[in-house]
Amino acid sequence: MKSVSELLAADGSHENWIPLLDTAAKEVFELMLGCQLTASATTEETNMDVTAMVGLAGQLCGVLSVRCDQKAATLMTSKMLGVALDKVGPEVADALGEVCNMVAGNFKNKIAGLAEGCMLSPPTVITGSDYNLHSMADSPAIEIRMLFESMPIAISLQIHS
Amino acid sequence: MAIRALIVDDSSVMRKIVERSLRQAGIDLSEVFQAGNGAEALGVLKESKVDLILCDINMPVMDGLEFIKQLPGVENAKGVPVVMITTEGSEAHVVQALSAGARGYIRKPFTPEQVKEHVIPVLAGKS
Repeated sequence: MKSVSELLAADGSHENWIPLLDTAAKEVFELMLGCQLTASATTEETNMDVTAMVGLAGQLCGVLSVRCDQKAATLMTSKMLGVALDKVGPEVADALGEVCNMVAGNFKNKIAGLAEGCMLSPPTVITGSDYNLHSMADSPAIEIRMLFESMPIAISLQIHS
Repeated sequence: MAIRALIVDDSSVMRKIVERSLRQAGIDLSEVFQAGNGAEALGVLKESKVDLILCDINMPVMDGLEFIKQLPGVENAKGVPVVMITTEGSEAHVVQALSAGARGYIRKPFTPEQVKEHVIPVLAGKS
């Protein structure tokens, strides 16, 4: 396990964190939703109208977000709760917020020194796609795109070093 | 023997997942109380006796560590085992929780099998 300072020093673009973010996300979906995330061949922007965000503060500052469309968010909720799709109610925002929280927590736990040196904010969830996110990040976001039950999801980490 | 459990987490979805995981672990639940933070959980314990508490750490109003520090002064919580279920995975958090009185520590994400592994020994008084 590499330390946060080693990883920060190794590559200013943080590209080396992509495999850790990828693994963190896959573990959350496998353990909590019982399904595998698969690679997405496209980077095409689809209508991802549900966004969950968790802030990171401490040794690593930034924002981790999970974006998908309403259909994917509803299916995630259904799988997390173990209920039929038509039984899913207003819990969708809570469920996607928890997914984002667990991906952020699992990601930071994979970097030595970051588990205790970085705090997470409670999740915030935005519905709708007509918005611009202005973060204080001073380096390009790293983003992974995957398929959840054939539906695209995007997970990004914007870092303020 | 059926037990009464108190699940403390600011996410209602996570509270439901934890309850389902307990049932999947074969734990017979006669009653499940829920609270969204430590202060709410203390309110529940004023009125009700429970046999097991499962508690998140990061919560608004009163976090899980502060909550378990207050439990020795709560009559209905005396001798009740507490298992933390949290995204906080550092050794420092584990030590803090165990020092404050927690008997088990489960990191999110988790499987029902992990819940079983940690909770059954605690209920049997082996942890």
